[in-house]
Amino acid sequence: MNDTPKKPKRVFNKSKTKMPMREQAPMDRIMNFDEVPLGYNEIEAQQEALRCIDCKTKPCVAGCPVGIDIPAFLKLVGDKDFEGALKKIKEKNFLPAICGRVCPQEDQCEMVCTLNKPDKGREPGGVGRVERFLGDYAVEHNLDIMPDIAPATGKTVAVIGSGPAGLTAASDMIQKGHDVTVFEALHKPGGVLFYGIPQFRLPKEILLREVSGLEKMGVKFVMNYPIGKSESLDSIRERFDVVFIATGAGLPWFLGIPGENLNGVYSANEFLTRVNLMGGYKFPGGSDTPVKKIKRIAVIGAGNTAMDSARTAKRLQPEVVYLVYRRSRLEMPARIEEIHHAEQEGIDFNLLHSPIEIIDDGKGAVGAILCQEMELGEPDDSGRRRPVPIEGKVREFAVDTVVIAIGQGPNPLLTADCPELERNERKGTIVINDLMQTSFENVFAGGDIVTGGATVILAMGQGRVAADAMHRYLMTGDPHEQGDDQSAVCPNLT
Amino acid sequence: MGNKIVYVKELAPLTKLFEIEVPHIAERGKAGQFIILRVNDEGERIPLTIANRNPEKGTITLVFQEVGKTTEMLGQLDVGDEILDLAGPLGKATDIPEGKTVVCVGGGIGNAVVWPQVQALKAAGNRVIAILGARNKELLILEEEITALADLTIVTTDDGSYGRKGMVTHALVDLIDEGEKIDEVITIGPVVMMKFVCKTTEPFGIPTQASLNPLMVDGTGMCGACRVTVGGKTRFACVEGPEFNGHEVDFDELITRLAYYQPEERSSLEDYHRCRMEDAADNLPSSK
Repeated sequence: MNDTPKKPKRVFNKSKTKMPMREQAPMDRIMNFDEVPLGYNEIEAQQEALRCIDCKTKPCVAGCPVGIDIPAFLKLVGDKDFEGALKKIKEKNFLPAICGRVCPQEDQCEMVCTLNKPDKGREPGGVGRVERFLGDYAVEHNLDIMPDIAPATGKTVAVIGSGPAGLTAASDMIQKGHDVTVFEALHKPGGVLFYGIPQFRLPKEILLREVSGLEKMGVKFVMNYPIGKSESLDSIRERFDVVFIATGAGLPWFLGIPGENLNGVYSANEFLTRVNLMGGYKFPGGSDTPVKKIKRIAVIGAGNTAMDSARTAKRLQPEVVYLVYRRSRLEMPARIEEIHHAEQEGIDFNLLHSPIEIIDDGKGAVGAILCQEMELGEPDDSGRRRPVPIEGKVREFAVDTVVIAIGQGPNPLLTADCPELERNERKGTIVINDLMQTSFENVFAGGDIVTGGATVILAMGQGRVAADAMHRYLMTGDPHEQGDDQSAVCPNLT
Repeated sequence: MGNKIVYVKELAPLTKLFEIEVPHIAERGKAGQFIILRVNDEGERIPLTIANRNPEKGTITLVFQEVGKTTEMLGQLDVGDEILDLAGPLGKATDIPEGKTVVCVGGGIGNAVVWPQVQALKAAGNRVIAILGARNKELLILEEEITALADLTIVTTDDGSYGRKGMVTHALVDLIDEGEKIDEVITIGPVVMMKFVCKTTEPFGIPTQASLNPLMVDGTGMCGACRVTVGGKTRFACVEGPEFNGHEVDFDELITRLAYYQPEERSSLEDYHRCRMEDAADNLPSSK
């Protein structure tokens, strides 16, 4: 007889590979806008968490731009303490349902995972998948896990832009006891998370749920209020003790080739905004913003935005979706998982093709896109092999729609209104010091408006660094001054 | 939400004037700038130029024509109703010269934009001539308001039911022929009208600003739906305009681009009409 029940011994899961995640079959999912990966259930999540060997060095924590204590939350999931695990994540990251979906874990926490030994056929711990499970668990069980909020400091913070950098900074600053107001130019919160990332990768309900969590913590949101237009930055600087600019990279680039203003040529931003933000895929009936019935479409580019555009187009059920990219597969900047999903869905990849002209159908709309065939030459400044034209080889794709997804620059709406704010003249990005402070003492900046265009999690990481710096600035007058608050240590800023 | 409608007036058939409480836009808006609004949660974002504003009352004035589903739904709203989303002021303000002779040429609903321009031009000490065009007398709007401000107002109607019979360009040519020394022309109205106003002034070398009305989605420079070709270069009308040097604008491209979604817009409006009729039928007293 044993009166005191013993804690069961931890049984690690020695599987070399990640617990597979169920997903919609490609032929089903291209008929709808529902999410593709279906997520783990409790058992799957627990089993995956039990693959973590709780190593001494914890490289994953350093690999995470927001410094989540990954082994700790995995351990709690292994014990089926899902609420505890959520609390652990939310110490560092208030948006797990989002990050679990859109972070490039394979380049961060999972890349440096001790388990990750591709040569031995061993995969890293599925950190992103378990994180996503927890975010969804909170939604399904209606758990409002509120982090501790420090006593009110009486200081006011304005956050300009409600994308990933802005939301992270807002979340951190409210927890530090400040009074936070977020200003958003559009009618919905989330920035690129709303207008850019498609419903099938990040359901809008998940995003809105995370945002309402911030509201419950006391963050105020002001929509339809583009700073630089509705109010000047100078006025905001006077009204608030500190300002964080996170206005993102919302300025689409075009190719500069003939025919680019024909009807049926969209920037990826416009195409995705029409479909995601405005719900154009529900036109007519569920949305008043039209998207044309597409028969044949070419998406130019090979980054994540290009994959999002191509996969979005596929769901509008055209005959064919071409992806056209001037370099080769090796140089494609998109996440491997996204490329894989696009291929599964039947996107027709045309690598080493460089668009040279968009041809008129005779009625002012797109009739075809003419491409120069390329081959790889010597490496260029970026270290990637430069594509060079193969003389005399061109190819015409008959299409009615072209989406240009070759990148974007910083949105100038705010900076144009405030010429005194120092910025990089060539790139249009805002210049900051090592702690994300701009040339105005009480104004900090982060995310794509500083980097020129990067990932969601990098923007979030910058939101975190800026929040720590702004907090020190508010409390001591100097963002470098640690004061008594030793917790405010910057995580790595890569 | 805010954006409460405090005054409604029907200016002409299917043409309404709203005064809306939006203090920050009333405070900062300038002639030539626009707002973007959305009527409901499935609604599209549409740009409307700010026709007038009253910073003391915290209101702005919008004038719109009920030509599509969104503007028809907007027209259903009344005093006390609130507009779901309203953002602005967007775009660049009109370049207002000082101490010059300026002719403002408006047509149709564009006359609503001539109104703040004449105000701003007069305030900067210009001599202002307004040429207001309309298809007929019934559709002419804001004549009284503009006449009260401008040094000279000329009205033209296509059918001769009021003012001079003919086009605004005829009146403009006559002004030039009469020896009026015109330093600048600002034009706003149907694209074809603006195209011919610019063609009229070009041989005389009169600088002409045209206020363009391309399709827009976000209105903040993010999507590029509003791109227009000016002087051979692609420009975003929402942030770099909406006013451009009219002699450099590719108006034919603008006309083509504006027509792209017309079939969808038409079917959307027809669906809306059908729904409204069905609703009305459902609400009829039973015939039994």
